Amino acid sequence: MSRSPRTSIRDGATQREIDAAMAAADRVGPPDPHHPNRDYPPYRSSALRHPRHAPLPVVDPEAVELTGPVFGVTDVSALDNDLTLGQTGEPAGQRITVTGRVLDRTGRPMAGQLVEIWQANAAGRYAHDLDQHPAPLDPNFTGFGRCLTDGDGEYSFTSIRPGAYPWRNHLNAWRPAHIHFSLFGTAFTQRMVTQMYFPGDPLFPYDPVLRSVTDQAARDRLVARYDHQLSLPEWTLGYRWDIVLGGPSRTLFEDR
Amino acid sequence: MTPPAHPSPADPDRLPPTPAQTVGPFFGYALPFPGGARIAVDGEPDPITVHGLVLDGAGSPIPDALVEIWQADRDGSLAGAPGSLRHDQVTSAVVGRDGTAFTGFGRVPTDADGHWAVRTVAPGPHRPGAVPYLAVAVFARGLLHHLHTRIYLPEHAEGLRAQFPDLPEGRLGTLLAQRERAGVYRFDIRLQGERETVFFDFP
Ligand SMILES: [Fe+2]
Repeated sequence: MSRSPRTSIRDGATQREIDAAMAAADRVGPPDPHHPNRDYPPYRSSALRHPRHAPLPVVDPEAVELTGPVFGVTDVSALDNDLTLGQTGEPAGQRITVTGRVLDRTGRPMAGQLVEIWQANAAGRYAHDLDQHPAPLDPNFTGFGRCLTDGDGEYSFTSIRPGAYPWRNHLNAWRPAHIHFSLFGTAFTQRMVTQMYFPGDPLFPYDPVLRSVTDQAARDRLVARYDHQLSLPEWTLGYRWDIVLGGPSRTLFEDR
Repeated sequence: MTPPAHPSPADPDRLPPTPAQTVGPFFGYALPFPGGARIAVDGEPDPITVHGLVLDGAGSPIPDALVEIWQADRDGSLAGAPGSLRHDQVTSAVVGRDGTAFTGFGRVPTDADGHWAVRTVAPGPHRPGAVPYLAVAVFARGLLHHLHTRIYLPEHAEGLRAQFPDLPEGRLGTLLAQRERAGVYRFDIRLQGERETVFFDFP
């Protein structure tokens, strides 16, 4: 059963109320310090969408979940990793390169991994009909991409820097700029969906999604690093973000 | 800022994992793909449909969830082929699998009424004597870290019971699909509340 007290945050709460709830959640801490507590009252829509029972631990070296789906050259196209292409014109905003390695918890690079991303445009609007906040859509930017990691486990995307955007979690709620990431690993246990943030964003302390990861060191692992070596003159600013996939796999069991 | 790839003090031999974050509300134009619900290959003699609702703690359907399936083929093989997201080489559009090779992977967003469905095949035992099941990952707005569950078909109820002898009957039942008619099975996923689905963790 859930450990934290049943608190619920009212509709139309102020940032001050959310701040107090985030501070209270920080004191409790999550059951797993590496991940968000699914029961996180400051993120109001989590209230009815988290299980009250703790997940049942499975330690079975023959579980189906120790393997997972495989992707290959037919699952990506050459243009898929450049979100600025594919339309008639250039998208608005600042061009960025986002690159990094996908590693397992032993530090081994994971080659041939499908990486999927999606993001808002430079004005902070998603190409999704349910995103109706008054910022312009960009006809030259739909905002999703895919690639496979290379032999060193490295992925790379060219995109534009997404804007921050408002949402209705509480009054004056704004998400810091972020890119959504989806990864598979070599086992279904390693499946991961997360968000990458940009260094130094002033919205970090106000955002209950990022702060649902209550451990500062863990939270820092969601923030990319500006990498001047990756920036290209008069073209793009470079960000580096490595991703470590947890969860056992058949190969890890074989190593034990 | 902490560089990402360094050992954690508590577990010096292993890198700390990247934390999960919610899939949010706007994955719909990025993650779903054509034919994502069609796991069975063309000409499959005995396809099955598995479908249900994703429900919240108030019993309301969740219209912005994503359900993913990973499973063995009918012969128990877990060597799913690539090609679920096959691209057209001219337009770069995702056209989905070609229907010849079994990829074992399904991905479906819930509809406006919280409903999802996949067309697949009953998995075979992944080793001699194993109890087969469909592995499931559930993502949703409001869910900060995705959840794993399993779908067992009704003919494996005894095997399921033997696998989790400590689970009370009521909870066990949440892992069991209900046969509606020949080849059609119902499996609702309740994120919270009475009859909350059993979710798993893989430490
Ligand atoms: Fe977002």
